[in-house]
Amino acid sequence: MHRVFEKTNVALTSLLLVAIVGTANAGGPVDEKLIIDGELEMITRTAAPEGHPLDEVISGWHYRTPETRALEADSFQNPGMLGVELGEEYWNKVEGTEGKSCASCHNDAASSMVGVGASYPKWHAPTSRPINVELQINQCRVNNMGAEEYAFDKSGQKPLTAYIKHQSYGKPVKLDLEEGDMKAWWEKGKELYYKRTGQLNLSCASCHEKNNGKYIRADHLSQGNVNGFPTYRLKQAGLISTHNRFRGCIRDTRAEFPKAFSDELMALELYVTWRGTGLSVETPGVRQ
Amino acid sequence: MMPNRCSAAGLALSVSVALAVVSGSAMSDGPVAPNDIKVENLEIANSVSGASGDAAEGRKVFANRKQGNCLACHANSEMSEQLFHGEVGPTLDGAGSRWTEGQLRTIVVNAKAVFTENTVMPGFYSLDVGADVRESLIGKTILTAQQVEDVVAYLTTLK
Repeated sequence: MHRVFEKTNVALTSLLLVAIVGTANAGGPVDEKLIIDGELEMITRTAAPEGHPLDEVISGWHYRTPETRALEADSFQNPGMLGVELGEEYWNKVEGTEGKSCASCHNDAASSMVGVGASYPKWHAPTSRPINVELQINQCRVNNMGAEEYAFDKSGQKPLTAYIKHQSYGKPVKLDLEEGDMKAWWEKGKELYYKRTGQLNLSCASCHEKNNGKYIRADHLSQGNVNGFPTYRLKQAGLISTHNRFRGCIRDTRAEFPKAFSDELMALELYVTWRGTGLSVETPGVRQ
Repeated sequence: MMPNRCSAAGLALSVSVALAVVSGSAMSDGPVAPNDIKVENLEIANSVSGASGDAAEGRKVFANRKQGNCLACHANSEMSEQLFHGEVGPTLDGAGSRWTEGQLRTIVVNAKAVFTENTVMPGFYSLDVGADVRESLIGKTILTAQQVEDVVAYLTTLK
């Protein structure tokens, strides 16, 4: 018998299901709504965009335990909110030779950054590649503040990214694929999504497209959408960036994994973000 | 040796000679390299290690997360003391009745030879692997030939 540790009604339901189907687990996304603090209803299920292999796009929130889902639904209990608050401090922190902070140019993020995080990655003409929020922050730091770039996952990178994305809390993810070479990068990202890697010979699609809703040992496989990133991961007790998670997944196939912000992972971020088109930005999401 | 003086030792000697003749032709010596394995009618007829499998050892390899880790994807009632059985692949209850030993060996060695390229099941004794394999694992298989035989021996007991 499995998963009898699950609490409340779900435990009862699982017990009944186990009784009926023997050792099989009760998989699939839960049929519930994510309403933050009883006020802000998130779009966690929506029709897939044209060209998407699945009919419905579903947030990873639906695949987590009742306890984890409850943590995200209450902004006071959501442990990722501490990272967002820290991000606000970085937003206002003066650094670099120009004596500026983010706020010096962008003022109050609560108005200037609304919807911004929902539209990244976007085309960046000066470097002729798509950039994400992390790289946009680094562009601003170098070009406008006269400050050093943040290294991957270091210093203010995760909290500030989370803070900026959080200003789009509830807003649907929508990328502009018409700009620059975004379509070519989308194609490259798609290719990587289906590329089988490592000794275990698995692609992103092996788990998140073909087997979402099923358990792989104790882990309930989701569609792998990134609308909650940087997301709070209970396993690691902290905010986890999109590229950190990509690298972790690829590593688990027993493969060498690309560098953060490499062409490979930027293309993959663009494509995977697109797969979650229409879902609300949940940053900071709460996951297992 | 006189027939009426046939000792236990003499009997043991002749049996082991007979076995050596059989194994000499059927199993050759030592493990077969992954790329030299022949699949016929979905079956790998002979041991890939050159020795027979040990079901008790196979049960351990099956459960070990760093070896077979079979429970990640398959439920198995015979192992109900272990929590969290996966459901990506079919339950292995009755696998020993559904498949012949030779078929089970093929599925463990390289499931793609039975279920086509579409299966997500890794090949546990195959070098037909994904791209960018971790440097330290290049040219290496997930399980050794003997571990494959042990797991196959265990799977045949799941009736």
